Amino acid sequence: MINSDTTILEKEPERAAASTPASLARRIGGLSDRAIAWLFITPTIALLLAINIFPLIWAIRLSFTNYRANRPNAVLENVGLQNYQRVLTDSDIWIAMQTTAHFVFWTILLQTLIGFSLAYLIDRKFRGHAFWTTVILIPMMLSPAVVGNFWRFLYQPQIGLFNYIVSFITGVPPSSFEMLGSVSLAPWSIIIVDTWMWTPYVMLICLAGLRSIPDYIYEAAEVDRASAWRQFWSITIPMALPFIMLAVLFRGIENFKMFDMVMLLTGGGPGSTTEVASITLKREAFESWRTGRASAFAIILFVAVFGLANIYVKALNRVKQR
Amino acid sequence: MTIESTITTKRKRPFFLRRGPMENIATGLIALGFLMLFQPFALVLYTWSLVTLLAGTLMFIVVSKFPE
Repeated sequence: MINSDTTILEKEPERAAASTPASLARRIGGLSDRAIAWLFITPTIALLLAINIFPLIWAIRLSFTNYRANRPNAVLENVGLQNYQRVLTDSDIWIAMQTTAHFVFWTILLQTLIGFSLAYLIDRKFRGHAFWTTVILIPMMLSPAVVGNFWRFLYQPQIGLFNYIVSFITGVPPSSFEMLGSVSLAPWSIIIVDTWMWTPYVMLICLAGLRSIPDYIYEAAEVDRASAWRQFWSITIPMALPFIMLAVLFRGIENFKMFDMVMLLTGGGPGSTTEVASITLKREAFESWRTGRASAFAIILFVAVFGLANIYVKALNRVKQR
Repeated sequence: MTIESTITTKRKRPFFLRRGPMENIATGLIALGFLMLFQPFALVLYTWSLVTLLAGTLMFIVVSKFPE
């Protein structure tokens, strides 16, 4: 059986070569390995340039102009650093940045703590752990539009299940508080939904980290009579740390761009209490039609995330080297 | 002779051409710029955050190419 498979595999390149048209074979035959490699990666590079690099360069260019998306035929004027100056002296944008930082901090903290705890439990391999892993992963697989609308119903003060659960636990009447309409609760309502949706993602990465720790290390620790607590802090955490850091990096970058969930749940309200940077950016670009200024704002966010990702990767490499 | 000359060459490398300390300075600048961008205390710090961030990021890109 193995021999016949091997023979089939050995004959496959010959068959592929025989089926190549003679004219094409003659043309490719004259190319070096390097040239063939370039031939294969050129479409991908061209696509990347068209989809990622060109819009970035175009946004940088627009950030130095007075471009308005609702007047595409107007003559572009160079305004120098004026857009950057306005964005960096605007107190409303400054507040939006603080709101973003608040969201990023709490979502990452909660997702990492709950995600790692779930991964630690799932890694114990109890009966039915595969089933529970699938159940826990479901929120991550749902579309943000579905999750947003679903949680809007859950947060309804009259008929929402969330208010009834809180009422059942605390004794507060369910219609006495409104998660999405209250200035103090609205930011937390978004943090809860984002945590519910993306904790499974962090759990999955942490689980990969925990499963990569070889059993013999724990066996050696048990021979040395190390307590479970000591094993956790001296083996589990240090060895899973690169994975935890990766999860934090991915979620951090995603949450700085958080838009869909906020738009669906509160639309930035009540007032501007949940107006994160991406919502302000969208309003600047497509409601106030100050597209040039919005481009400057987008570039500032890009520089911030890019800079942070640089230090983070450096820290990650240090942890891996240890 | 060769070892001595290598040691001498390593010692002669100026501070601003050494990867380790320069990368630390760049990292510090990025972290400072990031905190300035998101802090809630002073608008002036927010105003100067981009310059700090950009200086740190560009410096990091350059100095991370220096030999160890």
